Amino acid sequence: MAIEVGGKTYETDEEGYLVNLADWTEELGGEIAKSENVEMSPNHWEVVNFLREYYNEYQIAPAVRVLTKAIGKKLGADKGNSKYLYELFPYGPAKQACKIAGLPKPTGCV
Amino acid sequence: MLHIVNKSPYEKNSLTSCLAHALKGGALLLIEDAVYGATKGNVAEGAIRRALADLPVYALGPDLEARGMQGNVIEGVKVVDFGGFVDLVAEHRTSQSWL
Amino acid sequence: MAQVAEALEQEQDAQSVVKKFMFVNRKAPYGTIYALEGLEVVLISAAFDQDVSLAFLDDGVYQLVKGQQTKGLEVKNFSPTYRALEGYDVEKLYVEGESLEARGLREDQLLVPVQVVSAQEMAQLMEQQDVIIGF
Repeated sequence: MAIEVGGKTYETDEEGYLVNLADWTEELGGEIAKSENVEMSPNHWEVVNFLREYYNEYQIAPAVRVLTKAIGKKLGADKGNSKYLYELFPYGPAKQACKIAGLPKPTGCV
Repeated sequence: MLHIVNKSPYEKNSLTSCLAHALKGGALLLIEDAVYGATKGNVAEGAIRRALADLPVYALGPDLEARGMQGNVIEGVKVVDFGGFVDLVAEHRTSQSWL
Repeated sequence: MAQVAEALEQEQDAQSVVKKFMFVNRKAPYGTIYALEGLEVVLISAAFDQDVSLAFLDDGVYQLVKGQQTKGLEVKNFSPTYRALEGYDVEKLYVEGESLEARGLREDQLLVPVQVVSAQEMAQLMEQQDVIIGF
């Protein structure tokens, strides 16, 4: 599979996750969000950027529980809860937000 | 605890490391290429003989036979079949495979 | 890996008793897939709220050495992931002192805080476990 942005094609796996992390741009993230029917707000980007930073540091996409806790620590308890995160990403913060962030599917997420 | 080793003592240090961590009351089972360690004249013979003072040592018969080693087993090492393997696992509260 | 997850799930379903799981790492990081697979199993197991500990002995201690650079090999450098374990509430990392010493390594060359134990102490820790999974 592939996704097209600005006349360029980027390879994705059969579930729509970007194959090459380095391909990611904010524009590309926005396109993936559209295909997921997620309308990106600053709050959405905050989570996506958080995920990219987490991945950069640890080389994995965090499990939901770990993401929730880490977001709570960094952005406050009002954001570090699954209700808030599922409102932003109804199909699962780890799965959907990771896809938009251009990361692989979280380990343990089947 | 039942310690299970499956690598030849010439290829890996699994047997040595296992014996360094096996406590009294445990047991050692040699399977696959590790059965070479249960034979006379092999590099691990001394270590196996010393281990026998503290814990029972078993070797899987079908693996010995497949390798033509059934007639060359160190005295004191007990040869078990697959049923015996299962019994050993069941007799011990935990088992650990030293890969 | 699926089998381990299944075993963990069964343990959890069976009256939610917390069991002691130890993952024993005895292989160097890039020559075989064991180290990476083992780490992934640990991350998955963290979801099952069991009492998880990690043991590093023999060549397994090489997994924790600081300064791993895999660009030249074009394989993933998964060493930073050990630093994520704390966030997964996996905080018991035991490293065998004899294995470090035999390889000319010191504790300060490791990339995460660990507890260095002797082989004898490691044997005792293993004895206390309910389940031991080796890699």
